Amino acid sequence: MNEKPTRPPVFLERSGYHRRRMADAAFLLPIFGALLLCTPILWPSTPDAPDQTVSAVSMSGAILYVFGVWLLLIIGAAWFGLWVRKWGEDRQDPGAL
Amino acid sequence: MASFNTLVLVCLGYVMLLFIVAFVADRLAATGGDRWLRSPLIYTLSLSIYCTAWTFYGAVGYAARSGLEFVTIYLGPTLVMIGWWWGVRKLIRIGRSQRITSIADLISARYGKSNLLAVGVTVLSVIAITPYIALQLQSITLSFAVFSDGDELTNRDTTAFWAASGLAAFAILFGTRNLDANERHQGVVTVVTAVALEAVVKLVALLAVGIFVVWGVAGGVPDMLERIDASDIGRWQTDRSRWATIMFLAAAAFICLPRMFQVMVVENDDERHLQTAGWAFPLYLAAMSLFVVPIAVIGLDTLPEGSNPDLFVLTVPLSEGREGLAMFSFLGGFSSATSMVIVAAMALSTMVSNHIVMPIWLSLRGDGASVSGDVRSIVIFSRRLAIAGIMALGYTYFRASGGGAALAAIGLIAFAGIAQVLPALVGGLYWRGATRSGAAAGLLVGFLVWAYTLLLPETGSGILTAGVLEHGPLGLSWLRPHALFGIEGLDPIVHSVAWSLFLNTAVFCIISVSTFPGPLERLQGAQFVNVFEHSAAPKEWAGSYAQTEDLMIMTQRIMEAEQARALFRQGAGQQGQSGEMPEPTPAFLEFLERALSGSVGAATAHAMIGQIVGRSSVSVEDLLAVADESAELMEYSSRLGAQSAELSRTARQLREANEMLTQISEQKDAFLSQVSHELRTPMTSIRAFSELMRDTEALSEADQKRFANIIHDEARRLTRLLDDLLDLSVLESGKVNLNLNAGNLSEVMDQAVVTALTGSSNPIQVLREPGSADIGIHTDLDRLSQVFINIISNAQKYCDAETPELSITTSRNGEQIVIDFVDNGSGIPPEARAAVFEKFARVSADKAGGAGLGLAICREILQRLGGDVSYLDGHEGGAFRVQLPLNTNL
Repeated sequence: MNEKPTRPPVFLERSGYHRRRMADAAFLLPIFGALLLCTPILWPSTPDAPDQTVSAVSMSGAILYVFGVWLLLIIGAAWFGLWVRKWGEDRQDPGAL
Repeated sequence: MASFNTLVLVCLGYVMLLFIVAFVADRLAATGGDRWLRSPLIYTLSLSIYCTAWTFYGAVGYAARSGLEFVTIYLGPTLVMIGWWWGVRKLIRIGRSQRITSIADLISARYGKSNLLAVGVTVLSVIAITPYIALQLQSITLSFAVFSDGDELTNRDTTAFWAASGLAAFAILFGTRNLDANERHQGVVTVVTAVALEAVVKLVALLAVGIFVVWGVAGGVPDMLERIDASDIGRWQTDRSRWATIMFLAAAAFICLPRMFQVMVVENDDERHLQTAGWAFPLYLAAMSLFVVPIAVIGLDTLPEGSNPDLFVLTVPLSEGREGLAMFSFLGGFSSATSMVIVAAMALSTMVSNHIVMPIWLSLRGDGASVSGDVRSIVIFSRRLAIAGIMALGYTYFRASGGGAALAAIGLIAFAGIAQVLPALVGGLYWRGATRSGAAAGLLVGFLVWAYTLLLPETGSGILTAGVLEHGPLGLSWLRPHALFGIEGLDPIVHSVAWSLFLNTAVFCIISVSTFPGPLERLQGAQFVNVFEHSAAPKEWAGSYAQTEDLMIMTQRIMEAEQARALFRQGAGQQGQSGEMPEPTPAFLEFLERALSGSVGAATAHAMIGQIVGRSSVSVEDLLAVADESAELMEYSSRLGAQSAELSRTARQLREANEMLTQISEQKDAFLSQVSHELRTPMTSIRAFSELMRDTEALSEADQKRFANIIHDEARRLTRLLDDLLDLSVLESGKVNLNLNAGNLSEVMDQAVVTALTGSSNPIQVLREPGSADIGIHTDLDRLSQVFINIISNAQKYCDAETPELSITTSRNGEQIVIDFVDNGSGIPPEARAAVFEKFARVSADKAGGAGLGLAICREILQRLGGDVSYLDGHEGGAFRVQLPLNTNL
């Protein structure tokens, strides 16, 4: 268990650096996804607009937005999955850092 | 309209198909051709048991009532899956390295194998999931009722009963056939395959209905969108707090639901499947929800007012006259229900049996779990019993609740209940400071708050009266179940989730920070949180042959090569192969483990095989067990060491005894030769003179007398010698009887001097200090006198001074009396001093008066009396020192 006699290097070579940034991206993807999927909270809703000054978002628009974001997230996850497969999960495990 | 019987036949046919698929999968798994069954695609499809009949039918109803809110149920899991790198991957790695069997097992393992926590999570799961199972029964009965018009009310409970029994039998047949208590088992491949097939059926069914609705009824996408905007749900009208809360709740439940944990973590074959499932499962969910709003809108448009929107998926095709499509859609709903119930019942039964039934059974038996054979059959039996019990509970709940609208709300209530596990789970995965007490307290608080604010009021169980709901218990209005601490106006779900998870997390953190975890807990915590440092990433698939070779090498290190080869040949034979390299199937690994555990102990064998096959890393418990075993081995070998030391000590003693015996035997030989020599001299002269007297005719009287005298002297000498020998042998053998008496040393000495000097022509002058020997002694006086006589006669005999003198000095030294005999002769030459006390030792041959036994006898006597005699160096003449105890107590 004490397999870390020396401190890990402060600067990584290019591939290691890239790998960590990709792990960061994988972390950010669901967070941005959550933010995007929560924006409908800010939309004016039917009970809010009785005076009709602001019209509520139409259902078809809402569907297009939600499924659009959904599709983007799927594409992002697929891209990341392909990237992970390409790099392989070998000895240096970026998830641990 | 299809008849009820047709429907039953279709269901039975579908179940038959599932069995055939399971059978084929089983055969493929047995022959090793199951690689595609363990593919990422199957894994992704198996995750779809998240979509139950509640989502299949209910999503459309949900959309018809609340617009787009239903989609949050799918968005939560989507977020979890696209973040797989940081969440699910860790869960799977831990599940593999710790050999986790359920969510309860995971929580228990993280917090130091606490069975209390496992029982807590199990009870919570059963309470939350049982109504959920009832919900599946309801959807099956409702869909049956759609096809069998009119008499559905009379049939409802019967349908539910047969559905419950059928599902229980199905789950038992599928889930507990080939059960291996702690391992991923072969039988599950078949379950996962069946679940994957059902996933395809329900997706295709829903897509078919959706495509029919959009292109068949509405006439294309633009028309459809127009109709949507024109419908009752055409405007955005979502409760904002619910939107975010339900999304979060669905994400939490996706991880914590026992059935999801089962397929996602326990049955996971390779964490790299996540690379695919990370995007493919969100795609599946998106496809499942794509046509929900169109179906709802068309249903609301075309069907008469008051139709149940939960059944639009069936009733829309039926009203359009598409019976085949409706039947297919019915099958989709049916497979959603069956797959969910089977996996949920299996997962719950594992938890109930492992954490409740088995501990009780083992403690009742009282003799520990060392016998594995019959435990296994008990495990299978208890799991089957648990499945039956859970299904019975679900059915009872269905009957009791009346199956009305109350049941429809149960899905989210179950989600909120199971989400109480989330703080302990996430805290355990990412925070080393989380402790068992914290987890248990948080879980308890969360459960109580959830039950009080959501489960009891919403399920209409009647435990909370209307008065309590309106005014709070005992009139305490701040404790009203729907307005805790006076916060009013919230949606009940949002209210309950916010309070229960907030209090749960707060208690969990506060207690964790203020308590100190035990050693096993801390180790497990480190293993969980830093799992990527402690476990290896899965290796490239290297082929089973290489694994078998590794196993062979390891086995040969443990047992003899020939024995190992025979073992592998036997394994290959059991698989129907020739040669020595069997496939590393679970059965063979188990067989090998059993064989190896005979040599190195069960825990060590398990850990070694686990390392090679790469299924798991070695857990702390494994290490402890290995340490126990090696401690036993060390104790055994130290016992062996002690025995061998004792043996070598005995051998040394035997060798010494042997040397002594040899020495004694040599001494005896020397003694015998000396004795015969000593006897021979007088015998020779006796014989010579007696022959002389016999053969000489004219022997003068004087000669005759002289010869007779010589013969007589020699005979006396012979007798004395024999007496001495006898005396010595008696003394040496220790059989002498000492005649102990009280007396005075002076008197004994006087008598000895007189006796020794009697008959001597030139007696030696004995010098004694008067009175110094006046000491009372208690010893064998005759023997002591014999010693003195001997020493004095020796002095008389050997002292070569002109006027021989012998001075005898007596002194007391504590309890010892010391008597020195010193004469004024030339003494004994130094080189002969050591030998004077040996038998037949004579200082000079010319004065051969005795046999040379006198001093030997003296020493023997004195040693028997507790004293000693020694030659006294440092004097001119012969000097002997006699030491004697004041009291001889023998």
